[in-house]
Amino acid sequence: MAKVLEGLYYSESHEYVRVEGDFGFIGITDYAQNALGNVVYVDMPDVDDEVSAGEEFGAVESVKAASDLMSPVTGVVVEVNEALEDQPELVNQDAYENWIIKVEISDKSELDSLMDAKAYAAFCEK
Amino acid sequence: MNYKYFPHTDDDLQSMLEVVGVDSVDALYAQIPECIRFRGDYKLPSEMSELEVRDLFTKLGSQNRQLTCFAGYGVYDHYTPSVIPQLLQRSEFLTSYTPYQAEISQGTLHYIFEYQSMMAELTGMDISNASMYDGSTATAEAMMMAVAAGKKQNKVLVSETLNGDIRKVLDTYALHQGIELETIAEKDGVTDIDDLKVKLASGGVAGVIVQQPNACGIVEDFTGFADACHENKALFIMNSIAADLAVLKTPGEWGADIAVGDGQSLGIPMQFGGPYVGYMCCTEKLIRKMPGRIVGMTKDNRDQRAFVLTLQAREQHIRRQKATSNICSNQSLMALFVTVYCSLMGKQGLKEAAQLSYAGAHYLCDKLLETGKFHLVYDKPFFNEFLIRYDGDVDELFKFYMMNGILPGIKMSDGSLLIAVTEKRTKEEIDHFVEALPFVNGVH
Amino acid sequence: MNNRLYGNLIFELSKEGRKGYSLPKYNYGDYEIPASMRRATDAELPECDELTVVRHYTNLSNNNFGVDTGFYPLGSCTMKYNPKINEEMAALPQFQNLHPLQPKATVKGALAMMTLLEQSLCELTGLAHFTFKPYAGAHGELTGLMTIDNYHRQHGDVQRKKVIVPDSAHGTNPASAAVCGLEIVEVKSNTNGLVDLADLERLVELEGDSIAAMMMTNPNTLGLFETSIPEIAKLIHDCGGLMYYDGANLNPMLGACRPGDMGFDVMHINLHKTFSTPHGGGGPGAGPVGVREGLQDCFPFVSPYYGNYGVMMRAYAYILSLGREHVKEVGPLAVLNANYIKESLKDVYELPIDTICCHEFVFDGLKGKSTGVTTMDVAKRLLDYGYHAPTIYFPLLFHESLMIEPTENESKETLDGFIAVMRQIADEAKTNPDEVKSAPHTTPIGRVDDVLAAKHPITTYKQMINDNV
Repeated sequence: MAKVLEGLYYSESHEYVRVEGDFGFIGITDYAQNALGNVVYVDMPDVDDEVSAGEEFGAVESVKAASDLMSPVTGVVVEVNEALEDQPELVNQDAYENWIIKVEISDKSELDSLMDAKAYAAFCEK
Repeated sequence: MNYKYFPHTDDDLQSMLEVVGVDSVDALYAQIPECIRFRGDYKLPSEMSELEVRDLFTKLGSQNRQLTCFAGYGVYDHYTPSVIPQLLQRSEFLTSYTPYQAEISQGTLHYIFEYQSMMAELTGMDISNASMYDGSTATAEAMMMAVAAGKKQNKVLVSETLNGDIRKVLDTYALHQGIELETIAEKDGVTDIDDLKVKLASGGVAGVIVQQPNACGIVEDFTGFADACHENKALFIMNSIAADLAVLKTPGEWGADIAVGDGQSLGIPMQFGGPYVGYMCCTEKLIRKMPGRIVGMTKDNRDQRAFVLTLQAREQHIRRQKATSNICSNQSLMALFVTVYCSLMGKQGLKEAAQLSYAGAHYLCDKLLETGKFHLVYDKPFFNEFLIRYDGDVDELFKFYMMNGILPGIKMSDGSLLIAVTEKRTKEEIDHFVEALPFVNGVH
Repeated sequence: MNNRLYGNLIFELSKEGRKGYSLPKYNYGDYEIPASMRRATDAELPECDELTVVRHYTNLSNNNFGVDTGFYPLGSCTMKYNPKINEEMAALPQFQNLHPLQPKATVKGALAMMTLLEQSLCELTGLAHFTFKPYAGAHGELTGLMTIDNYHRQHGDVQRKKVIVPDSAHGTNPASAAVCGLEIVEVKSNTNGLVDLADLERLVELEGDSIAAMMMTNPNTLGLFETSIPEIAKLIHDCGGLMYYDGANLNPMLGACRPGDMGFDVMHINLHKTFSTPHGGGGPGAGPVGVREGLQDCFPFVSPYYGNYGVMMRAYAYILSLGREHVKEVGPLAVLNANYIKESLKDVYELPIDTICCHEFVFDGLKGKSTGVTTMDVAKRLLDYGYHAPTIYFPLLFHESLMIEPTENESKETLDGFIAVMRQIADEAKTNPDEVKSAPHTTPIGRVDDVLAAKHPITTYKQMINDNV
């Protein structure tokens, strides 16, 4: 059973947003890291890049698959998780602890169209 | 069904059909609608024994003329060491498939690793892939790589001094990809850096492509090009003739981000157009953006050194429509060719061959100029290929040489002649090129 | 075989001062390459004597497995025998020494061979014209799609940018479409593994005049003949699209059915699959593209010369050798061989679609999966028995895909040997699963750490040295 954390918002493409004030920490879920297998590389955007809800902002690569990262929200990148450059496997170890980008969210109402923990858990069951 | 490539005897067929549960081989195709089912014979010649096949090809071959080759423009007549065809005919190399099962493909993976190492060395770049189809498609792939790496920029600048055939291939790929190609003007036979700067300044440029030596054989001075590109966030792409890089300043030294070209000049026979081998090299930063196969070194579960196809997440079979290229294979056997060539000729041999080509070309050029009937089109340094104008009917001149078994070069559309010399041309052949001319030897 | 010394990298066998070549010495006079042109330092290429080079690569070849070595049932690759007469013809100096830009009057024989090959391919496929410029199958796909795109542009149909592809398609299909600036739309497969006509109708209804083409292979990637192909072709043609045939699975059609007759307008052929030219460890191949009458002016310029001419010569020698008597037997024998293996193993391997197949079929792993032995494990264990593994994890429709294609050249004894070993492995999976899971044991190397290779790529000798690996 994949781990699903309470209080986070989830997208259908298996990304999550952890909101702290005006900022959101975005990463992939436990379900996603398990499906991908050993993560060998995370392709991250640059600080100050803009991201749009539903659009791709990077990619996560394993040996056998590459998955585009879709941003659940619109905003501007204020920080990228540089630890992932040398240790991409951190995403496998703890997908929620090891977020990928931190954005300044421009429109918080977008969060309403994402799933909560319960809905996402049900979504994964299907 | 009694034929040398089909082992099935009548009783083999019987017992197999029984296991499958059908009466006849024909019944195996029952699901094909009768309206499209092919029956009867194809209109093809009757089967031929090896003797007859040899005969037919010999007859066809006799209608071809092997000429003393002074033609270049992308394909060169270089020396092929005798070892290479022998090694390439080893069936474990020749009849194997892509090395997806690393445990039984260490031969292939190992030589590709060596190939990658050698191409990176020759081009002065950090990384090489396992090869591309040829130089022209490798250049097209570099163009696409630049556009994919450049966020939202889809313009690529191409020097006017690029080989026209390569440019046509770029035009094809650009058309379907929606890439805008703009030409950087030529000035006195070389790429005009001022025009480059103007075009870069107008913005939206993802990459710049130049050729070294250029299509007329001129060795260009690319000082300032890489800087101009990088200031404008464009990638600098250089297409070079592989063999010349043994001595010429490398794409790496010129600050290129991507180096591409054809490896045909590394001893591969001309073969009327192919197969050749394209190379693609880049800086370390761009490794995950590069198309094609890449072999990496690792360990196996017995702690031995091993080689494996790596970074496959970029490739078509995984990325599918998100792949930046659709290339599935490489030119593996031709990469092996070039690897053995570079191993045999090595550090010194490649230089010596290049030196001979350079010297032979300059010697021929001087002798032609001495006759007073030829003039260099551009007053610029060249390597082993030069563009020359004849003070007379170039078509007559061409015909004259052809009658004497010499292919004197490539006739350009403006009537000039592009002549190439390699280490395979003897001094005698070069002397003869000039001395045979009627106005030189006085014979008409 | 002395792997210890000669299994090293050629750079490790190099010594300064050695040479492996000889070149003539001509006295041209003083023509030194000027310093301003030169590279700062020499390329660090090896310096070895000729024998060392020969031993090194000979020993490397011993670590490889070719069709000439043993059975190579790679589904969708058609690993058929590479006849040696083909090699002899391709090496003829009267062809090898021709410059592609030589005046046409001096290469009449070379050009004639191309025409004869074109005519043969037209006859075999039911199409009207071929271009030989594409260098490989994927390159051919791209060329074919560009041809279709050019056709629509010529007719002012610039909105036709969508290509319908079955969900069982090979990865090159969507990738080729993307490179051609086209968008892929997937049509579902039904429970029989064939294109779902109802879903196709829905798509055609939905996308209408934005459809450029439908791209598919027949038989499909499951080895099944698309029996509704006439209806599929009609649907696509009626909405103004063209039909593209991926020639990867052409082998079983020789003697049975022609893509042109099926209703296809454009196709590519893999000469290195159907027409016996060697795979060379991953190329060179050739992917000529054929079209029906009326499309030949739409061919794009995808390469400078005539294509991989040496490969074309091999293919033509093959067609001449078979002749009309035997070309039509290729398909039936390939299909018989495939069905024979399928029927002999379907009690121990999971056969998701139990029907007559064409030249290949797909197992979805072992029948009993309780011990956790995967398709990967089965493939690796096969190596221990001297067989090359089949294609694994493709098509993506099944989780444990194992695609087997035996080709028409294999004898009943070879097939029986393979069947016996596959049964043995199925047995081992139950009685001794760990042996299978840790296979291979007898190959030059064991399973590789591909995670390390992807995370920390070492791709050149220089990187290796700097890394102190």
